[in-house]
Amino acid sequence: MIAHLPILQVIIPLLAAPICLLLNRSKLVWLFSLLASGLAFSISILLLQQVMTSGVISYELGGWQAPWGIEYRIDNLNAFLLLIISGISTVVLFAAQTSIEKEIPKDKHVYFYVLYLLSLTGMLGIVATGDAFNVFVFLEISSLSAYALIAMGNKRQALWASYQYLIMGTIGATFILIGIGLMYQMTGTLNMEDLSQRLPEVAQTRTVFVSFVFVIVGVCLKLAMFPLHLWLPNAYAYAPSIVTAFFAATATKVAVYLLIRFTFSVFGLSFSFTTIPLQTLFMALGLFGIFVASTTAIYQSNVKHLFAYSSIAQIGYMIVGFSLSTVTGLTATLLHMFNHALMKGAIFLALAAVVYRVGNVELKNFRGLGRQMPLTMAAIVIGGLSLIGVPLTVGFVSKWYLLTALVEQGWWPIAVLILLGSMLAVVYVWRVIEVAYFKEPLEQNVEVKEAPMSFLIPIWTLVIANIYFGIDTRLSVQVAEAAAQSLFGVSP
Amino acid sequence: MIDIVLLSLLVVIAIAIIRMKDLFAVVMLTGIYGLLSASFFVAMDAVDVAFTEAAVGAGISTLLMLVVITMTGRKEKSTRHKPLSALFVVMLTGGLLIYGTLDMPYFGSADAPIHKHTSPRYINDSMEEIGIPNIVTSVLASYRAFDTFGEVVVIFTAGIGVLTLLCVARSQKNDEEIDSINDSMHQQHLVIRIVAKMLIPFIFLFALYVQFHGDFGPGGGFQAGVIFASAIILYAMLFGLSTARKVINQTFVQVIAALGVLLYGSVGIVSLMNGGNFLDYNVLSSNPIAGQHLGILLIEWGVGCTVASVMVVIFFNFAGRRAFQQHKKQAQDKESSAC
Repeated sequence: MIAHLPILQVIIPLLAAPICLLLNRSKLVWLFSLLASGLAFSISILLLQQVMTSGVISYELGGWQAPWGIEYRIDNLNAFLLLIISGISTVVLFAAQTSIEKEIPKDKHVYFYVLYLLSLTGMLGIVATGDAFNVFVFLEISSLSAYALIAMGNKRQALWASYQYLIMGTIGATFILIGIGLMYQMTGTLNMEDLSQRLPEVAQTRTVFVSFVFVIVGVCLKLAMFPLHLWLPNAYAYAPSIVTAFFAATATKVAVYLLIRFTFSVFGLSFSFTTIPLQTLFMALGLFGIFVASTTAIYQSNVKHLFAYSSIAQIGYMIVGFSLSTVTGLTATLLHMFNHALMKGAIFLALAAVVYRVGNVELKNFRGLGRQMPLTMAAIVIGGLSLIGVPLTVGFVSKWYLLTALVEQGWWPIAVLILLGSMLAVVYVWRVIEVAYFKEPLEQNVEVKEAPMSFLIPIWTLVIANIYFGIDTRLSVQVAEAAAQSLFGVSP
Repeated sequence: MIDIVLLSLLVVIAIAIIRMKDLFAVVMLTGIYGLLSASFFVAMDAVDVAFTEAAVGAGISTLLMLVVITMTGRKEKSTRHKPLSALFVVMLTGGLLIYGTLDMPYFGSADAPIHKHTSPRYINDSMEEIGIPNIVTSVLASYRAFDTFGEVVVIFTAGIGVLTLLCVARSQKNDEEIDSINDSMHQQHLVIRIVAKMLIPFIFLFALYVQFHGDFGPGGGFQAGVIFASAIILYAMLFGLSTARKVINQTFVQVIAALGVLLYGSVGIVSLMNGGNFLDYNVLSSNPIAGQHLGILLIEWGVGCTVASVMVVIFFNFAGRRAFQQHKKQAQDKESSAC
C-alpha cells in the first residue's frame, strides 16, 4: 500500500464525501469525516517522510506512462502543502460539530460535511497532481464546494459574498484553463514535467506569452492578491465560522502553491522572470497589499473582517518573498505559508468559539471577553503576536527569513517597509486586545462563559503549534529550504 | 465556408443576447447559441464534444434557465451606469487572446505540436491497448480516466451545492396544495401530455443506447445521463412536480448520485487491490483487453448515474423552489385578507 500513498491521499476524502451522504446522520457523518481527514493527515506525514528520505515520488494513474496518462508527482514542495492542508482540516473538523450546531440548520449538517470533504479533496488534488489539466479539474471541485460552503452562512450577505466569489473565482479558473489550453496547443502535452521540457523550445512565441499571462492573472485572482482581493473579506466574514477557519488557513496557500508551481516548475525561472517584469511588479503589488490591507484592517468593526484584511496583507508578505526569486526569499514564502496557516487557523477558530458563545464577532461585543473567555482570548492574543512577528512565535521565524532574504539582496528600504507593515499589525491586533481586556462587558453579554472543550482543544493545539514551531524551527525550515532548493535546481 | 457562416451567426447571436432585455428571448437565444456551437464542433470533426454541447448547452441548461425565469420575472432591470472599466478589461482580454493567436499553428496543420507528441500513440496504439474503436472514449475513460473521475465529482459537488442552497423543507400538506395549483394548468395541455407519454419510453431507450454505444461512436455516460434526466424532467413539467416526486423520490435520487461516484471510485479501488495502480483496468480481468472493456463499462455507468441524478436533483430543487414561493405567497395573501 505504501506505493499507493499519493493517490490514497486524495481518494480517501473524495470517496468519504459520497459515503457521508449515504450515512445521513449528523453526528456519525462528523466522526466519519474526522476519520477521513485524519487518515489523509497521517498519509501526508508518511509522504513527507518518504520524500525527504528518498526524493520525488511519481505515481502513474491508470498505469499509463506520464505524458499519455495522468501523473501524480510528489516532491518536497507539494508534500509540505499536503501536510498543511490535511493537518489544518483535521484540527478544524474537531470543532466543527459544536460550531455548526448554532450556525447551520440541522437538516443541512450532512451536506456541510460532504462539501467540506469535497473542498478538502479539491485542494489536495490540486497540490498532488503533476498534470496541468488535472489541476483545473480539482480546482473546480474545490471552488464549487467553496461557493456552496460560504453561502451556508446564516446572514443574507453570505449569499452575496458567495456570488461575488463565484464570479471572480470563475473568471480566475477560466483564465487558468485558457492558459493551459494555449500551452497544450504549443507543446501537445499536459504533463507539467513534460511541459517544462518542451516549453523552452517555443518560449519566444506570442502564444506562450499569452498563456503565461492568463495563468498568472487567473492564479492571482484565486490568490486574492492585491488589487484582485475584493472578493475575499466578505467571503471570509459571512461564511460559517468553521469554513472561515478552514479556508483562511488553506485556500489561499493552494493558490500561492499554483503560482510557484507554474512560474518555477512549468514555465521555468528564467522565462517567468524575464518575459514580464514579474519581480518589480509583484514586489510593488505585494508591498501595496501589505499597507493597504493592513490599514483597512485597522478600521474594521467586525473582527472577522479585520482578520480577513490581515490575511490579504499576509499574502503580500508571501508575494514579496516570492518576487525576490532567490532561495532564501522562496524559503521565507513557504515558511510563511506554513506559519500563516497555524496563526490564522488558531485565530479564526477562536472567533468561531466567540460566535458560538456571543452570537457574532462585532468588535463592541468583545468588551470584557478577556475575563469571560480567558482561554479563547489568550489564543487570539498569541495568534495576534504571531501575526505581528514577535520572537518565540512562528510569525517571527518567517519574518526573519524574509528580512534576511531582502538584506541578502541589499534591498534595505524594502526591509524597513516590511517592518513598518508589521507595526500596522500591532495596531489592529491591539484594537481587539484593548476592547477584550480593558472594557467592561456589554449588559447582554454578562452571562457569557468560556467556550466548550470541543473548541478549546483544537484552538490550543494550533496555539501550541504556533509557539512550538516558533522555538523549534528544525522541521518547518528544513522542509521549506529543501523545497525551495529543489525548485531552483540546487541539490540540497 | 460553412465555418464562416456558423461563426458569424454565433457572433450575431452573442450580440443579440447582450442587447436584448427580454430574458425569455435571451434564454432561447442561448439555446440556439449552444446548438450552433454544437454544429460548429461537428464541422470541426469533434462529434463527441458536439454531442455533449447539444445535450448540455442547448438542452438542459436552457431548461434550467427557463425554470429560473419563472421565479425572477421576464424583464431585465435596466441599469443606468455604463461600466467603462469593465469594457476596458474585456477589450484587454480579447486583445490579448487575439495577440496570442498570431503564433498559433494553423488549424488542422499536420506539423502542429498537438498532432506530433501525445496523439500518435492514442491514434495508433489505442486499439491494441484498449480495444475499442472510439479513440475519444479511450482517452476519456482510460488514458485520462482520473480527469473524468474529477469531472464526475465536479457534477456531484454542483448537485450537493444546489441542494444545500435551495432545498426547502416540505411537509405533506404542502405537497397536496401544490398539486391543486398544478392541476388546473395540466388540463390545458392534453395533447402535449399524451405525446410526451408516448415519447418518454423512447427517450429512455435512446439514453441507454447512447450510454452503451459510447465505445463505438459518439456518446457515453455524460450525454446519456443528461438525456435520461431530460425525460424525467419532461415528465415533471407536464404532470406536475409533486406527481414526479411521488414517482421518483428525491432521497433516492441523491443516493444514486452518491453511488455513481462510488461506483467509479470502487473500480479504482478494485484495481488497487488487484495489484495495479488506481484506475488501471488491465488488472480487472485476466485478459487486459477484457479488463479495459469491463472498466470502461463500469465507469461509464457511474458517470451516467451521477449525471442523470444530479440533473434531476437540480431541476427538482429549482422548480420546487417556485412552488414553495407560490405556496408562501398564497398563505400570506390569505393571512392579509383574514386581517
